[in-house]
Amino acid sequence: MTEKSLFCRCEDVTVSEVEKAYGEGHHDIESLKRYTGFATGWCQGKQCLVACARFLAERSGTMPEAPITPRPPVHPVPMGLLAGLEPSEGDT
Amino acid sequence: MKKARYRVVVIGAGIMGLSTAFHLAERGITDVLVLDRGYLCGGASGRNGGGVRAQFSTETNIRLMQQSIRICESFATRMKINVWFRQGGYLFVTRSAERGRALEATVKLQNDCGLPTRLLEPSELGTIVPELDAGGIVRASFNADDAVVFPWPFVWGYARAATDLGVEIETYTDVLDLRTRNGRITGLVLRRTAHDEIASWDRLGPTDARDEAPPSFAEVSSCTPGERTEIECDEVVLCAGAWSPELARKVGLELPNHPHRHEICSTEPLKPWLGPLVASLDDGLYFSQSARGEIVGGIGVDPVPPGINQRSSMEFLARYTRSLVRMVPRLASVKVLRQWAGCYDLTPDGSPIVGRVEEPSNLVLACGFMGHGFMMAPVVGKLLAEHVATGETSELFAQWALRRFREGRLVRETMIIG
Repeated sequence: MTEKSLFCRCEDVTVSEVEKAYGEGHHDIESLKRYTGFATGWCQGKQCLVACARFLAERSGTMPEAPITPRPPVHPVPMGLLAGLEPSEGDT
Repeated sequence: MKKARYRVVVIGAGIMGLSTAFHLAERGITDVLVLDRGYLCGGASGRNGGGVRAQFSTETNIRLMQQSIRICESFATRMKINVWFRQGGYLFVTRSAERGRALEATVKLQNDCGLPTRLLEPSELGTIVPELDAGGIVRASFNADDAVVFPWPFVWGYARAATDLGVEIETYTDVLDLRTRNGRITGLVLRRTAHDEIASWDRLGPTDARDEAPPSFAEVSSCTPGERTEIECDEVVLCAGAWSPELARKVGLELPNHPHRHEICSTEPLKPWLGPLVASLDDGLYFSQSARGEIVGGIGVDPVPPGINQRSSMEFLARYTRSLVRMVPRLASVKVLRQWAGCYDLTPDGSPIVGRVEEPSNLVLACGFMGHGFMMAPVVGKLLAEHVATGETSELFAQWALRRFREGRLVRETMIIG
């Protein structure tokens, strides 16, 4: 692993950036997400969330309390398709 | 917490609380503790669209936001953090003749205040957003000075600058109770919160029905024992946004504001093509392109589930994409990456509730910002710090005082999106 090793491939967040954020006191996944921007790109955390959980577990010796709240949709959906929905289909 | 007593305790580490704490510290008041139930950017400050505009319908808001935009322009250099500030302007449009006439009046007021806002005919829209389908639009206004920012680094910027000056920020800390004596707050009872309590506002349980409110924080937290502490303070500034009424109730104060869920979504990143934030005065549709390339936007949905509710709905996605694709047909093939929700903090007259209250006499409010708290925080935080430090009440804060509701002196703002 080098200083430039990627932690989140979608948003180009490197391992060293996450380490720096941890050093500044961000010790939970939600804060790390909002401080570094990891998990906010194409995959929405599907690839990098486990890396983050492992990163925190290695440093604190315990498993992180919870993952980030997953945001809908599960996979990217074209807006033209969504625009055809009836606006009364309930909460996701 | 490092101490058992603080000069000022700020409840709520959103942008309003952090801006206030930073400006207090800049004035030399560094004995400040900022508390938050959750994590930084977890509330409305981390969930909004990042719009910063001066196109409002009251002179007060226009003049305040002129100052706020100036602060935003130099924020990155001053705070040494990239806030992705992009000054592409705001384009308001309407398909209604009546709203078009109201827009003409507000543009005149904005021009009188020195804003370069221009009224546009539908035929001129193509010069600003060529991809826009102007069909049905009768009037529009454009102010090139308005802008968008990425909210998260803005919050971090204030947090870091405040802590560098000696302010303490405690996250995952809930205010269980406020102790009062002789009409003053003397201290706070605090409790450590767990991540799951905070996330309960966002998540659906297996039995949740569509319109059912999520469990209240008190219900969730009463069954989760956490470490408790008590601290003393001279003054409390309440900047808890949509959570403010429930906290004010702990000192017997009934506030007229209430939470209102507002949803938003973000698409895959595109290369830069959209200059301004576009907002419709008809259905509350708004969208902009962030400096990261995503199209970020929302729309008004009514009714919404009551109380604090940060869950996502399919209804929002359907309404938003329908209205957006009608306005910019080429966006039909662009994909939504994620949606989320936050709470507007609404007041009966559309203006915020700010300043010292009569009782408890050492409580200062800063809430009810109608979804504009983020863009106003740079300037309002500065004014709040002045109010706390000097004890003087400006003309503005007298106008925004809680007692206006009792005295019937309401201040109407109509340029509210979503």
